[in-house]
Amino acid sequence: MKSPLHHPDLSTDILNADDDSLLITNISRRIFLKDMALTGFVLAAGFPSLLRADETTPSSTKEKYGADAMPHGWVDNPLVFVAIAIDGTVTIICHRSEMGQGVRTSLPMVVADELEANWQRVRVEQAPGDESRYGNQDTDGSRSMRHFFMPMRRVGAAARTMLESAAAAHWKVPVQDVRAEQHQVIHPATGRTLGYGELAKAAAKLPVPARETLRLKNPADFRYIGKGQVGIYDGQDIVTGHAQYGIDTRLKDMLYAVVARPPVFGGKVLSYDAKNALKVPGVIKVIELPSSPPPADFNPLGGIAVIASNTWAAIQGRMALKIDWEKGPHGSYDSVTYKAELEAAARKSGKMVRNDGDLDAALQVAAKRVNAEYYAPHLAQAPMEPPAATARIIKGVCEIWTCTQAPQVSRERVAKWLKLPEDKVTIHVTLLGGGFGRKSKPDYVIEAALLSQAMNGKPVKLTWTREDDLHHSYFHTVSVERLEAGLDTQGKPLAWLHRTVAPTISSTFGPDSKHQMATELGMGVINVPFDIPNLRIENPEAQAHTRIGWFRSVSNIPHAFAIQSFVAELAVAAGRDHKDFLLDLIGPPRRIDPRTLGDVWNHGESPEVYPVDTGRLRRVIEAVSHEATWGRILPKGQGLGLAAHYSFVTYVAVVVEVAVDEQGKLSIPRIDIAVDCGPQVNPERIRSQLEGACIMGVSLATLGEISFKEGAVVQDNFHTYQLTRMDEAPREIRIHILPTTDFNTPLGGVGEPGVPPIAPALCNAIFAATGQRIRQLPIRDQLRKD
Amino acid sequence: MIKLNINGKLRQINLPMDTPLLWALRDHQGLTGTKFGCGMGLCGACTVHLDGAATRSCVTPISIAVGKKIVTIEAIDQDSTGKKVQEAWLTQGVPQCGYCQPGQIMAATALLKLNPSPSDADIDKAMSGNICRCGTYCRIRSAIKQVASITEIKP
Repeated sequence: MKSPLHHPDLSTDILNADDDSLLITNISRRIFLKDMALTGFVLAAGFPSLLRADETTPSSTKEKYGADAMPHGWVDNPLVFVAIAIDGTVTIICHRSEMGQGVRTSLPMVVADELEANWQRVRVEQAPGDESRYGNQDTDGSRSMRHFFMPMRRVGAAARTMLESAAAAHWKVPVQDVRAEQHQVIHPATGRTLGYGELAKAAAKLPVPARETLRLKNPADFRYIGKGQVGIYDGQDIVTGHAQYGIDTRLKDMLYAVVARPPVFGGKVLSYDAKNALKVPGVIKVIELPSSPPPADFNPLGGIAVIASNTWAAIQGRMALKIDWEKGPHGSYDSVTYKAELEAAARKSGKMVRNDGDLDAALQVAAKRVNAEYYAPHLAQAPMEPPAATARIIKGVCEIWTCTQAPQVSRERVAKWLKLPEDKVTIHVTLLGGGFGRKSKPDYVIEAALLSQAMNGKPVKLTWTREDDLHHSYFHTVSVERLEAGLDTQGKPLAWLHRTVAPTISSTFGPDSKHQMATELGMGVINVPFDIPNLRIENPEAQAHTRIGWFRSVSNIPHAFAIQSFVAELAVAAGRDHKDFLLDLIGPPRRIDPRTLGDVWNHGESPEVYPVDTGRLRRVIEAVSHEATWGRILPKGQGLGLAAHYSFVTYVAVVVEVAVDEQGKLSIPRIDIAVDCGPQVNPERIRSQLEGACIMGVSLATLGEISFKEGAVVQDNFHTYQLTRMDEAPREIRIHILPTTDFNTPLGGVGEPGVPPIAPALCNAIFAATGQRIRQLPIRDQLRKD
Repeated sequence: MIKLNINGKLRQINLPMDTPLLWALRDHQGLTGTKFGCGMGLCGACTVHLDGAATRSCVTPISIAVGKKIVTIEAIDQDSTGKKVQEAWLTQGVPQCGYCQPGQIMAATALLKLNPSPSDADIDKAMSGNICRCGTYCRIRSAIKQVASITEIKP
């Protein structure tokens, strides 16, 4: 039976660096694992029959929400997630991908807390892609913690119960007379103790307690949950350069590859000449990869691969290739023309997706009508570690080491492409050097598998260069949002018309419907919680000409940019303070069933458990306004801007402070951001995620743009696809997490909800400072005075 | 065949002389702590020290490194400032994904060795060549200041 402790280090032929300290690190870890294997660990080895009990699975007649609705749902079997060695070392499996959000710390920390394990004696091992064993592993949608907090609590509580039962049996005392505390079980009446290592063997022989009998900790007794005192598990490895990312994999006799892909999506190789490439020292082979018919899905784009003895030789070889490309159907995609097409579509009626009251009549009687159009361009996720994967195939068994947000999907797709049974494909998940949605799409993983196959199974490491990453991403959509409102004589909005026009992610996976999916409309546009009697949302057509994919926060970005900018414009038109106007627009505190707003998706969560709570939205606005001293008088050229947005079932409000000098140079002295994400499991990592969200929001607002010309991406690298650097980053970011102590209330997402309100708050601040309204992102040099 | 002084040891390298130091370190020497981010000296992920100076190894041919002392993230703890920088990075909880952090640490160490108490402007100047997509800049600044406050010797 397979141990759950699959990890790259277990492979005997992983190459260690020549550096001695690296060797020591890896050897010590390998000895640890070998010892565990020899001595036998205890709560380990899978018992598939113990997987999720049927009675708790919602019946098919009932709607499924949350983790229940995800492929392979959740698993809370302690035998899958926890192993205890006889020296007391507790190994906890993390089955979600670590990409900077801290999940390899936070989820195991939840298990350790319920288990009463001493964190100093906990080791974390990464699960390979295997959802039938671990539950859903798609690390996206800001849902690792909200979907797995309770299952991981139960994992820890069940393991703790087994240890307590083993101790009670040993002492022949009732189990209720003993208790687990920091890596040992105590019998208070006699003062006897037994360590977890001593109990491990006996505990392993006990049945896993039934879920309904589990005694979860009283949150008041949490040691780690909610405290923010645990540093990230991989911190030491990261600062010493020993952390292993996908791009760092090294196998014996490994070859290195890069691929020249069709510059235009849908294009293919007409002919190529590899003669000069093969002359480059170190180049071993040139291989043509087939292109795939639409839809794009996660299929490789095809092209010409260069296999070499090192990455640099492969890159040089690729430069020496002569390739004639056929451009295909999207060869004339041009961002300037396309923007005009989106604008034209937004100026006409389109598919109606929500219609409350009588919009036309209300607009007719309005005392004042205001309209505006907002443009937000394509973006590339650009994780600092570009996509990379290493594959080898030995006797019909494929192993891959890669940085992926989608280990199970990678496994399924590789199995399909290699025509192997799924159980002959193992996806070892490394650390991810950033993901932001790019690494949810395993096209690069399949490429590596195909290249290894073409090299008779030899290990091949495929590296994407930065140019590859920017040219061949699954791009964030591009959008025009047109809004119109009618105000009454007091400046109160009576009518609200929003036309949202953007190519849809669904075009990547099927025929292009040219309309946004429920999941895209549900990102802040259809479910806008404003108290306006006459409201219409329309979604005119937009055709996709590239691979559209999700980027951190997804469609919330253009939707929040438009809506929260427009509200500020309306406040000006009404002659009112922006904050007061926004609060009035949201209206009184109420819990709205998202279905009544036309949102059948609700970020995948139950409408009863997760209604749209305008009281919570109001509270983050009030909190951030208080903390930022909204309304304070600033010198000329400085200003405050406000925005609020609800996404991933979390409420966020932001105040950005800007200064614009006489030349039009923008600086951001401070951002205040308030968040209500429900109970906070790891507040320290919540803060770091929100700090990062502020930077990413500033980056996309000020600099971010991917554009197309003659079908191909214009930007090549970080000189043309610019990202915010330290000198232009906000100087101070102040995080205000609304306190919640009730761990029985549902958790909200954290990774994504901070990003969407940043761009509109920034543009609103620029308006306050300069009177100039930004309606097109990125801001870039729009403020410059020449 | 050339010899390079890497982390205090002479290593034989059999690669074309125009090979960037980055790939010699990563693919040939197995020192994968030095990261590839752009290949054009734009992001700083590949930063190493050449005779103490922060250097983008992705645009530095190995021919230029001959005869110089190359120090990578794997050995920066042997430098007292480097060790303090690593500790400050952990104290401040700087890393998110961590991928750019070896380069950030090498850049910060080079800065602090030249200038033990840098101003905000000094920090901006020294660190703006290093991109962090996760957005850890505020904590990087705090960590640099933490080291500066420890090492600063007032007359």
